[in-house]
Amino acid sequence: MSVRSTAFLLFKRLVAACLLLAVISLAVFSLVYLSPGSAEQILAGGKGSIPPEQLQRLRAEHHLDEPLLTQYWIWVKDAVTLDFGQSIQTALPVTDELGARLRVSLFLGGYAFVLTTVAGVLLGLFAALRRNSILDRAIVASTLVGLSAPAFATALLLLYAFAILVPVFPAFGQGTDFLDTLWHLTLPALALATSSTAFLVKHTRTAMLGVLDQDHVVFARARGLSITTVLFRYVGRNALIPITTISALTFIQFVVGAVLVEVAFSLQGIGSLLVQAVAAKDVPMVQGVVMLVAVIVIAANLVADLFSMAVDPRVRLGGRAA
Amino acid sequence: MNEVESVDEPALEIRRLRIEAAGRGTATTIVSSLDLSLAAGETVGIVGESGSGKSMTARAVVGLLPPSVFVSRGEIRYGGRSLLELTERQWRRIRGSELGFVMQDPFTMLNPVRKCGRVIEESLPDAGRGTSRRQRRAESIERLAEVGITDEAVADRYPFQLSGGMRQRVAIAAAIASEPQVLIADEPSTALDVTTQRDILLLLKKLQAARGMGLVLITHDLRVAFAMCDRVYVLYAGHLVEAAAAAELESTPMHPYTHGLLISEPPVDRRVAELTGIPGAVPVPDDVAGRCAFEPRCAWSTPTCRNGTPPLTEVAPRHLSACTRVREIHGEMAHPRSRMRLAEPLPPARPPSGGPLVRGRDVRKVFDGRRDQAPALAGVSFEIGYGESVGLVGESGSGKTTLARSLVGLERITSGELVVDGVAVSAGSRLDARDRRRLSHTVQMVFQDPYSSLNPMRTIGSALKEVVRLHDPSATDPSARVAELLESVGLPAELAQRKPVILSGGQRQRVAIARALAVRPKLLVFDEPLSALDMSAQAQVLNLLTRLHRDRGIGYLFITHDLAMVRQIVDRVYVLYRGDIVESGPVDEVLARPADQYTKKLIESIPRPTGTWLT
Repeated sequence: MSVRSTAFLLFKRLVAACLLLAVISLAVFSLVYLSPGSAEQILAGGKGSIPPEQLQRLRAEHHLDEPLLTQYWIWVKDAVTLDFGQSIQTALPVTDELGARLRVSLFLGGYAFVLTTVAGVLLGLFAALRRNSILDRAIVASTLVGLSAPAFATALLLLYAFAILVPVFPAFGQGTDFLDTLWHLTLPALALATSSTAFLVKHTRTAMLGVLDQDHVVFARARGLSITTVLFRYVGRNALIPITTISALTFIQFVVGAVLVEVAFSLQGIGSLLVQAVAAKDVPMVQGVVMLVAVIVIAANLVADLFSMAVDPRVRLGGRAA
Repeated sequence: MNEVESVDEPALEIRRLRIEAAGRGTATTIVSSLDLSLAAGETVGIVGESGSGKSMTARAVVGLLPPSVFVSRGEIRYGGRSLLELTERQWRRIRGSELGFVMQDPFTMLNPVRKCGRVIEESLPDAGRGTSRRQRRAESIERLAEVGITDEAVADRYPFQLSGGMRQRVAIAAAIASEPQVLIADEPSTALDVTTQRDILLLLKKLQAARGMGLVLITHDLRVAFAMCDRVYVLYAGHLVEAAAAAELESTPMHPYTHGLLISEPPVDRRVAELTGIPGAVPVPDDVAGRCAFEPRCAWSTPTCRNGTPPLTEVAPRHLSACTRVREIHGEMAHPRSRMRLAEPLPPARPPSGGPLVRGRDVRKVFDGRRDQAPALAGVSFEIGYGESVGLVGESGSGKTTLARSLVGLERITSGELVVDGVAVSAGSRLDARDRRRLSHTVQMVFQDPYSSLNPMRTIGSALKEVVRLHDPSATDPSARVAELLESVGLPAELAQRKPVILSGGQRQRVAIARALAVRPKLLVFDEPLSALDMSAQAQVLNLLTRLHRDRGIGYLFITHDLAMVRQIVDRVYVLYRGDIVESGPVDEVLARPADQYTKKLIESIPRPTGTWLT
């Protein structure tokens, strides 16, 4: 596959992503009109009657006198420049809040993702190689525990164990510089990563066993290749393929769906922001968060697809027998 | 080929090898006792049906048995060393550079995400260490040329971009890249087309001669073994039953099993009234422990055959047999081979009453998304009369399966006209429920793989009853009809209560045939119905088909790549090549006097034990 066709494929995917975002933005914009109450009431963030001069100001500020499509167009133009208006709760720009929260969430999500991938793949690999040994059984048994442990329970347990009984990690806060952040976010990341790691261990183990039993691994060893070479060159890469396909979902889940862990460790992340904004009927904030989440989901999936194209020539070259 | 080499110091020697598989609590025997020796540069064959243990023997020799399968006794010696005691590190010096290994399936043997050139580079001595990237690449291109791949671009292709034959060539090049003294080839040509099979075997022969390499060829096909090997070992249910020089084994088999295999092979040159199959199916080794493994299926068995495992003894110079009665029955075994009756001349094709049953005019099929490629069917015209048996011969990719699937309505043709018993299955017209029903009453299909075409969760009876009810809702006693169907394919009616898991491949295929017969079709379409079966089962099923055709007047469309098989069953044959019919006519005429180049090539490719097949 030439550079040109790869670029073309990438271009196609980007166009598709933009179209998807446009559809989502329409739904997000409609939130103002779909929520109970008039648009003015929602944008004022309150119930009951609004003084006439404030009503006038709101209508002008949000262009409520314009036709619906024009309103949408203005909203989209602002959204593209990352302007989602002001939060009703704080009267500060939505974008500022999003930026601050995103930093924490991406760090936490990335951290948990690295933990999951490294631990999940390594443990799965060992379990597969030492199939039916004590090590394998122990790993498989602990994945069952890990899978059935809810993140908030793990979070509380970790808090109690490593912040109170043996206080090696802080119980709350999100740190300042990189190392400090790393220190602060270790327990939350662990709590977040536990069940996904367990899932990935099982997944990797199955994928590895599948590859280990395959003819091409036997054939490679029959040509005198060492087990280590075969492992890295054959088993690793082939087992990576099914793993990449689930990694995007895992990452998204970490960044966006960490509400309970964020609450447990008093972190200011995206997940808790969304919950707060919905509870407070802070429509501009909800719109901002939802658009941000949509971008993250689409981007993560795109990266995962590109990665699997890089690893698997059958995807890249449209695998079919010549 | 006829001379037996003097074996002073065999390159490879196997003594009393026993292989077992660890199960829950107990171990099951895979190979009970095997002795084999291979002289330098010699070719020996290991012949056996599925379940004989031949593949596990091959993997034991290279020390790569699957997990939970192990050698429980015996010795494997190579170059004066005992291989079974080697450590993994020592094994690495043996594998590839002393013992090469090629497996059966070229589609799974190569790493799908690695370019062919790199596969060869990593197989070079010391993985090409100490040489530059360019040198290694040049070397791999040279190795590809050695196996007949002169197109340098192949080095940059991934395996899935190549045909089966090409993949097998790449695999062979990789297997011998470190110049092993002995190559172990496990069914290297079985998954390939006949024409490709011959090319691969020729290549192996050439490489072997050029390098003076020993070859252990594992195959289920006696014809292949005879054409390739100096000596042949016959394995049955984990037991070695006979070993002799190839030519001698062919002319004077000294074990009833070898004899049975030889007579169940359909002759290429004539049609016989009935093939002589071996009754029954291959048992698992543990069921026949402590006695002659072949005794339950043997025509000459006596109670003495059940007293202990018969030892392998030298019954003639350098001819070993594990039959204790061989001296008494030797003469009789020679007899029935010459007795194979020729079939009576074919009855003249019945004049079609009211036109043919199936008529295809300029049938084209192009698969969606492959418009850039050649069409699967490029405008073929053909006819099948009522009660006529027609063969469709071609290699994979010739469009023969597409044609069959279009006939039964599983595939819609792109253009042209296809009429089956008055129902137009042509392009553009969607079949309505009534026509679909009529079509399925007229034509039924029997698939290649009887292991995947029967639902393992349902009893055989319920699978058959379903079809009976579906096609004849007024049937008063479906169970009686099921029993009748089972009997018509030579199976006991009691099998209706059982699930397919207890059946052998041949029995499963009979059930599949019974299911197709349930609707009393006018035409049965068989897609390679025998290729998944063992040799002895093939003859049985073929006889069944001949009988059904004769007694019931059902027409057949018999799709196969096996010309010897097709000769035994069909009246007329169409030869399909790349979506086109290149030749057609009465089967005897086409086989005796092929007009088309491709037909000629196909006929030349039929495995023949001797003569000019592999020259």
